[in-house]
Amino acid sequence: MKPVALIIRTAGTNCDRELAHAFELAGADPVTVHLNKLIEEPTQIERAGLIGVPGGFSYGDDIAAGRILANRLRHRLLGPLRVAIERGAAVIGICNGFQVLVKLGLLPDPTGEGEATEASQTVTLTDNTRGRFVAKWVGLEVPTDTVCVWTRGLGRFDLPIAHGEGRFVTASQQVLEQFDFNGQVALRYASSDLLGLGEDGVSGLGFNPNGSVGDIAGICDPSGRVLGLMPHPERYTDLTHHPLWTRTVAPTRAGEASAGLKLFHNAVEYARQLSCKHSNGRA
Amino acid sequence: MRPHPATTNTPPTVTNTTVHRVEVRTSNDQSDPLATSIGTQARRFSGLGSCQAVRTARVYLIEAPLGPDDLDRIAGELLADPVTQEVIVGSAASPTGDATIEVHYQPGVMDPVAQSTQDAIVEMLPGVEGSQVSVRTGQRYDLTFSSGTAAGDEVLRGFAEAALANPVIHDIHLGAYWPKRFPQGGAYALRVVHVPIRELDEDGLARLSRDGHLFLNPDEMCAIQDHYRQLDRDPTDAELETLAQTWSEHCVHKTLKATIRYTQAGQTGASTTPGPSDWADRPGHTLNADGSVTIENLLKSTIAAATRRLMEEDASQGRRWCVSVFEDNAGIVQFDDHDAVCIKVETHNHPSAIEPYGGAATGIGGCIRDIMGTGLAARPIANTDTFCVAPPGRDAAEVPEGVLHPRRVLGQVVAGVRDYGNRMGIPTINGAVWFHEDYLANPLVFAGCVGVMPLDKCFGNAEPGDRIIVLGGRTGRDGIHGATFSSAELTDTHTDEFAHAVQIGNAITQKKTLDVILQARDHVEGPLYRAITDCGAGGFSSAVGEMGETVGARVTLETAPLKYEGLSYTEIWISEAQERMVLAVPSEQVAKLRALCESEDVDMCDLGEFGAADGGGGPELILMYKGTEVGRLSMDLLHHGLPTPTRRARWSPTTRPSSGPPTTRAARQSNTIAETLYALLGHPNIASKHWIIEQYDHEVQGSSVLKPLVGPDQQGPGDAAVIRPKLDSSRGVAIACGLQTGLGEDAVVPGQGDSYWMALAAIDEAVRNCVCVGGDPERIAILDNFCWPGCDDPSQLGKLVRAAQACYDGAIAYRTPFISGKDSLNNQFTTESGELITIPPTLLISALAIVADTNQCVSMDAKSAGNVLLIVGQTTPKLAGSHYQMVARDRTIEPDIPRVDLDLGPRTAVAVAGLIADGLVASAHDCSDGGLLVGAAEMAFAGRLGLDLDLNAVPREGNEVLDPVAACFAETPSRYLLEVAPDRVEAAADALRQAGVLFAKIGTFADHERVTVRLGEHGQVLDEPIDKLCDAWRAPLDW
Repeated sequence: MKPVALIIRTAGTNCDRELAHAFELAGADPVTVHLNKLIEEPTQIERAGLIGVPGGFSYGDDIAAGRILANRLRHRLLGPLRVAIERGAAVIGICNGFQVLVKLGLLPDPTGEGEATEASQTVTLTDNTRGRFVAKWVGLEVPTDTVCVWTRGLGRFDLPIAHGEGRFVTASQQVLEQFDFNGQVALRYASSDLLGLGEDGVSGLGFNPNGSVGDIAGICDPSGRVLGLMPHPERYTDLTHHPLWTRTVAPTRAGEASAGLKLFHNAVEYARQLSCKHSNGRA
Repeated sequence: MRPHPATTNTPPTVTNTTVHRVEVRTSNDQSDPLATSIGTQARRFSGLGSCQAVRTARVYLIEAPLGPDDLDRIAGELLADPVTQEVIVGSAASPTGDATIEVHYQPGVMDPVAQSTQDAIVEMLPGVEGSQVSVRTGQRYDLTFSSGTAAGDEVLRGFAEAALANPVIHDIHLGAYWPKRFPQGGAYALRVVHVPIRELDEDGLARLSRDGHLFLNPDEMCAIQDHYRQLDRDPTDAELETLAQTWSEHCVHKTLKATIRYTQAGQTGASTTPGPSDWADRPGHTLNADGSVTIENLLKSTIAAATRRLMEEDASQGRRWCVSVFEDNAGIVQFDDHDAVCIKVETHNHPSAIEPYGGAATGIGGCIRDIMGTGLAARPIANTDTFCVAPPGRDAAEVPEGVLHPRRVLGQVVAGVRDYGNRMGIPTINGAVWFHEDYLANPLVFAGCVGVMPLDKCFGNAEPGDRIIVLGGRTGRDGIHGATFSSAELTDTHTDEFAHAVQIGNAITQKKTLDVILQARDHVEGPLYRAITDCGAGGFSSAVGEMGETVGARVTLETAPLKYEGLSYTEIWISEAQERMVLAVPSEQVAKLRALCESEDVDMCDLGEFGAADGGGGPELILMYKGTEVGRLSMDLLHHGLPTPTRRARWSPTTRPSSGPPTTRAARQSNTIAETLYALLGHPNIASKHWIIEQYDHEVQGSSVLKPLVGPDQQGPGDAAVIRPKLDSSRGVAIACGLQTGLGEDAVVPGQGDSYWMALAAIDEAVRNCVCVGGDPERIAILDNFCWPGCDDPSQLGKLVRAAQACYDGAIAYRTPFISGKDSLNNQFTTESGELITIPPTLLISALAIVADTNQCVSMDAKSAGNVLLIVGQTTPKLAGSHYQMVARDRTIEPDIPRVDLDLGPRTAVAVAGLIADGLVASAHDCSDGGLLVGAAEMAFAGRLGLDLDLNAVPREGNEVLDPVAACFAETPSRYLLEVAPDRVEAAADALRQAGVLFAKIGTFADHERVTVRLGEHGQVLDEPIDKLCDAWRAPLDW
């Protein structure tokens, strides 16, 4: 049985189609549902082995990126989402989805006591250091000790970013150290030989495109199932997505999966095993 | 987090006020990039040199019945980020010596953040109704001065106008703005206005046209007067406005559709300059005894005629590719067996001149709506943008009254396209920027959009009885008279007079509307509507008028949802408020559509019914407001009543000396090849546009195959972008453009250019760009966008005729049908002192090519040391109009512009495409702006490889001598640079020889990271490192 991947969209969501495509390529059964519908029928969350909050500009990113969608989810669906996560559903928030998960309080720790309040928000995503939107490819590295089920074992690879508010900030140094200790850093910006991004980057800005603390591009919850990341893995599911694909020799490309797709493979495989366990348990 | 206590938490004196104020600012320990950038700008501003620091705050004014706890919750949970921001309820006091500037939207101007905040507050606070909450937002700037004393009010206001606000849409306050109440629009009481036109004399008609902002010419005013004399009544204001909108240049393209008598001085049968005798056998053309030619409907007889001929040829061979041309909001061609792709490019020049951010944003927004309103709706998959602006380095003091500085214009038009395209989730993938002094007062903003749609959903027609359904945004006073305004010439007072024509967009409203439309189109029971179009120029009046052209329509204007009270029936009818679509919906489907709208939070209204006929059975447009008839117009008058007088066009070719052997050209070498190369790479037309490209999300939708910038450092200017419209298919489309303004009359040196050759060069360039990435030259569709000065001047119209004739010749020769187009005339500006600034005649050619297999695409970055560089096509020494001429100011240049060879050009394109399809080419680059050496250097640094060139073998016409300048920098069209692996050179050479195309091996890529050039007797003329060349290309626009 293919695990169901629930994709939550709303006004201004705009990366839902390619996210659904990525889930499908990876072997899941994607279902895209508008937030209004989901509020009417929260039971849809129960069936999902995977949940995706796609990129875009939910509600125009008015006030701050992801803020309004985060508030709506917190008021309407926080309970069912927490239940799903406790049950073992793997959740991904990409770009705007990451901003939403953080502002909603599902990251860095979805099990926070009671209703998540602002006081419990210990990290945020805010304006890039250069103060403007940037779309480009970046180099990435998965820390070897990460607990993230999505990025585990992916090593080094490239993905595109496209955001104006992607600078990851923690409320204190302590919070940052805790992430390292827990293995919650899922992804870091890194140099990329292929992209020519060395320590100083193309324009001397380094490989960190937005000024994120600790070069953090993505974090997960302590269980490793909930991932938020600024880069777009759903935009690298075909080898021709990579900016340098025309430089590689055609025959070697055959049969090779792109790095973005591998990330979805990881999660779908995880969800499949989980559902097997569940059915075995019942049997 | 608790909000900080307010320093001033008592609202202004009146006690029953319900306007609350919240300020949100970045915490002291966080960086504030906006403040940093404004501080830098302030210190450059005269009188603010001592500005030490700037702090910024977002201001929310909330009019609502809130308790103190409510306000704290809103401030803490909704408005401020607990990690990086702090919040103040009330207004922070400014320390003595600081200056506070606040910028707020004027009442009635679209403020998307305010709307979203309003909705979010209502959702947070149970028991609070939407109608009780009203929000407005502003921005606060606190400036601290090292002198300890704030600058004077006049300086601060001047700075605010130059850097922080546009008085057209903003109010500037020197201090915190905290109104007691928001101004309310008064209710509207119906008063039907009749305009006494019947008794007016000629002057009276002219005055009515001008003062009423109708911008109709005397013939048109007379035609209207005659009509109402026959009816024996005066028109209502709504009727007159409807005629003005529908008959505007913007909507009906009356110049391009006019009958034109074109005279060309000095044309003889044997002339090499094309003229009337060459065009006599074209449809709609009649050669007159005096040698002039009369052209009936220029557009139909040239541009569209070429397409018709190509379609007939296709049909005769049992093929069909063009699905819909020049009929709908966009041109449609077949993509594969199931789907079609459509494309449209629009201009939004006049609004962008006055309010560049809003003008450009609504420009791209309107073009996206064209795609949403094509056939039964297409899904937008790509945007394009091309800008023509004055060079940004100009001194602020040299900018005339009523004109914005070009750097500000460019910065803001980019931001406008960025914010609209990115928010809609449509990748902006192709464009260009052309700089010329004469765009100073008339910047050009071309915005394009590409869509994909099922082949069986390409057509729609409203039927009598269908409901007129409006989806999307509410109607306000914004954009009133946009269509007539854009058809007028700008003057220094337009900023004041036409502030109301400016629109601000809300991309999310449009995205939601798109989400609903696509679901309604693909409904399991079939489309829920029979026709759809967008509300663009002219608002409802144009949209309903067009859809009801053959069936008529009865409109009930009071049903339109309004942004605020007080709009008259005419204002509702002609408002160009953004983000609205009009659908013809069978009444039995209305409920389903309404349910869909409700599920996606989209406003929908029923504006009336299609189907209305007069006594004679002719379709009629009937306007009602609360039961009173406020307008009744015959569709025949509206769509066929426009008088089409014959216009005069004239063109005089400058006598051009034949180009003799260039023996004296040694004298021109005052600059070395290296100096010229660096100057060209740094010319803003050629220099890297990464500053723009990186702000556009060019990969959203996951369809990207070739990006705008290519190569290891993403430092190569790609010729065309390629996307896969369907994620499960490797079939793609390439999107490119051609713009050769330098070859037009007067663009570089007076008297040298010819818009005929300019147009052909642009077509050739667009084709080359498509071919270079792997586009199929047999499947390229093109679009024309003319931006011209006023064509009441016969000489300007003459240039337009020549360009249109070239479009015919180019389309036939390259077999590239024009499928859509648009024109913007009257791009000229009269300064306060009466000086007329006209833009250089500008023709943008946009191209869409089918890519059969995107896995075969080729990029322009050099791939491998040892590979060979071929030049395909021949080079001539004609340098007039080139970028070399612009940078070198070389007076020895002969006044010959390069010409496209209509036999060789298409043949070369097909031959090169064949090499690419056969996998013989490692990289391909269009040899274009800046010439061969610029193109070759770009390939080298894009691929981080060295290149050794020997230009002695460059193919030339006959036995012309090429001096180093011509060999390196001539911009002869129809040339390609191809990188070929050594073991494939022979195969490539054979194929090119067979095609009868000239080519030569001119260099070898190498590992040494330098570009060297040898040229026969001149020896080595260049040896420069690629890093330095790349820096020269990257630096000028690295903003």
